[in-house]
Amino acid sequence: MLKTFPLGGIHPSENKLTANIPIVILPIPESVNIPVSQHIGAPATIIVNKGDYVKTGQVIATSKGFVSSNIHSSVSGTIKKIDSITDTSGYKQTAIVIDVTGDEWMETINRNSVIDSEIKMSPEDIIKKCLESGIVGLGGATFPSHVKLTVPAGKKCDLLIINGVECEPFLTSDHRLMLERGEEILIGVRILMKTLKVESAQIGIENNKTDAIDHLTKLAAKHKGISIHALKVKYPQGAEKQLIKALINREVPSGHLPIDVGIMVYNVGTAYAVYEAVQKNKPLFERVVTISGKSLTQPGNYFVRIGTPISKLIDAAGGMPDDTGKIVNGGPMMGKAVSNANVPVVKGTSGIVLFPRKESERSVINPCIRCAKCISACSYNLEPFLLMTLSEKSLFERAEKERITDCIECGSCSYTCPAGRPLLDYIRLGKSTVIKMARERNMK
Amino acid sequence: MSNLLNMSPSPHVHGKETTRKLMYGVVIALMPALFASFYYFGLGALIVTATSVISCILFEYLIQRFILKKPISITDGSALVTGLLLAFNLPSNIPVFIIIIGSLVAIGIAKMTFGGLGNNPFNPALVGRVFMLISFPVQMTSWPVPLGLTTGYTDAVTGATPLAIIKEGLKNGESISQLMEKVPTTLQMFLGKMGGSIGEVAAIALLIGFAYLLIKKIITWHIPVSILGSIAIFTTILWLINPEKNADPMFHLLAGGVLLGAIFMATDYVTSPMNPKSMIIYGCGIGILTVIIRVWGAYPEGVSFAILIMNAFVPLMNTYIKPKRFGEVIKNG
Repeated sequence: MLKTFPLGGIHPSENKLTANIPIVILPIPESVNIPVSQHIGAPATIIVNKGDYVKTGQVIATSKGFVSSNIHSSVSGTIKKIDSITDTSGYKQTAIVIDVTGDEWMETINRNSVIDSEIKMSPEDIIKKCLESGIVGLGGATFPSHVKLTVPAGKKCDLLIINGVECEPFLTSDHRLMLERGEEILIGVRILMKTLKVESAQIGIENNKTDAIDHLTKLAAKHKGISIHALKVKYPQGAEKQLIKALINREVPSGHLPIDVGIMVYNVGTAYAVYEAVQKNKPLFERVVTISGKSLTQPGNYFVRIGTPISKLIDAAGGMPDDTGKIVNGGPMMGKAVSNANVPVVKGTSGIVLFPRKESERSVINPCIRCAKCISACSYNLEPFLLMTLSEKSLFERAEKERITDCIECGSCSYTCPAGRPLLDYIRLGKSTVIKMARERNMK
Repeated sequence: MSNLLNMSPSPHVHGKETTRKLMYGVVIALMPALFASFYYFGLGALIVTATSVISCILFEYLIQRFILKKPISITDGSALVTGLLLAFNLPSNIPVFIIIIGSLVAIGIAKMTFGGLGNNPFNPALVGRVFMLISFPVQMTSWPVPLGLTTGYTDAVTGATPLAIIKEGLKNGESISQLMEKVPTTLQMFLGKMGGSIGEVAAIALLIGFAYLLIKKIITWHIPVSILGSIAIFTTILWLINPEKNADPMFHLLAGGVLLGAIFMATDYVTSPMNPKSMIIYGCGIGILTVIIRVWGAYPEGVSFAILIMNAFVPLMNTYIKPKRFGEVIKNG
């Protein structure tokens, strides 16, 4: 029996159309828009001016405070303007627009492809390097990595977990990276182990990626302390608390972080970025993005420079199909629909999925028949039908008691509901209101 | 307009399950029992089922159209299920006008007055059935003998149900061993060769339906198994205490409406609890009440009453009995 998390979960159609398509380098566009907030925390402070010439990998905005991140130029060219653009979240935010003149890299970056497996840096230097290189969690949350690497006083990390689950349908960027950059990922894992001072690391991969499991298992034989674990395919296994439960049966208490049970979780993509930063001195200015969708003629996986408009990816995939009704930044379960194809690829963009118009529309909302399928689907055993009603009727105190803030917004409830009820829409409303209420209460 | 992109929030995909599919799944699961009722009660079963189904759907349509003035939702299958279940709870020789009154009570009073699908606290088919039982006790307790396709309709030969035989017999001072001679054998009861409501007699057909519901994940095992289990345990205890006064557990499980009630009536989504813990409490409550009514009550059969009584506790259970949440621990080892 393969391991998995015990409560809830669903199995949406996997649609991993691009699982066998190798990663290709996407040509550099004529112009890039690099937002200053691509991470959780404070937006970075811009340190360049209009008309400046910047090289690929040069810092153009520096982190502001502890929870923030550096932003680097992903191309070489001149700063055209500092502008307000619509980013993938749908909100306006500040971005640095660069007219591309070429691809001249910073001399400090080691560009040879020889794998460097000797870790010379001290843990303190590694943390500093991650901060300098703008490394953030690439699984989607984009939490600055140097913060997580600094284990809070009084807490102890005894196991590192690497997330290679990629449970979202369509997305294959982590899958391809594990196949094509396996050795680098494992060295990245060892760097993380050294920094966190742990003896062992477990990499969890869902069993629909047997090639990646076999490949990494073979490579891991040479790396002491790293083990690879196949997991039963079930969404949302990539959620870190569910992954921890699945792998080693520790349950992170409600309202706590994985470190409270002695665990740190990083995505495989982050491990790769850490390798590049620490061993090759290369900051985070490109990432792997899956471009997929049933109507696309050539879906694929690409190394994409940060700031590239997603329209360039869509062009590379054979152009925007006529029937496109929705463009999703991320996977179909948790990704965000974007308003146009000009939004830039950012550090958190793991994939772009296009949906035909007929699959973009929601179905009619029918009455709740109390079938309880939403409860069985919830991996926290919450009662989504109830949380929806409470939010709808503004009964937020009661929603708080029913633990609405535990919701990770995975969407399994809405996915499952036979009556087509927009459970998660209302739960989001209730959750954000409850969080706001709690914050105001704490301030008193 | 058509070039605008849809911006609805995640999730962007939806499962294949719909209310309609679930309802028609229940209808499919009821088919074996429906065919068994035609096989045992012939024309009568057909007339009763057709009347009940047509009048339930028609009343829902009329109420939505002319009283509530709301969109018509008769195609969602819920009125069809109510109609079938109501018919399954009736004898095959019941006059048509009584069925129509029962359907009006089931749909009009038990379902639509509360706001329609999803809002009714009590199982509509059972409310209809109990209303008919109280209002037309004679017609509702005259049970045609299952003579196959030749069983007539209103001219059918009638007899008593096994439960009624036991109830009457014990009142007249007969012992269980004497009475067991008069009731059908276990095999006959399993196959459905006994007097009773048209849908409740054939245990085998109901169990096939149960298997279908489980395989299709339309219901979970919790409610039916806890009902059947609690009835089996309770009647075993009574039987062991005094086998001459109390029928054996196998008899109790196969006679009357236990299987129909446990598999199809008590599991009605709207009127049953929503988490496994409550489901088991609810199921055991139904089982225990059923046995109490059968053994000590005035009626020979008690499943309908037991389910309706437990229906009343469902909102309470949904409010106070909560599933154990993920992460609901003080400290982790």
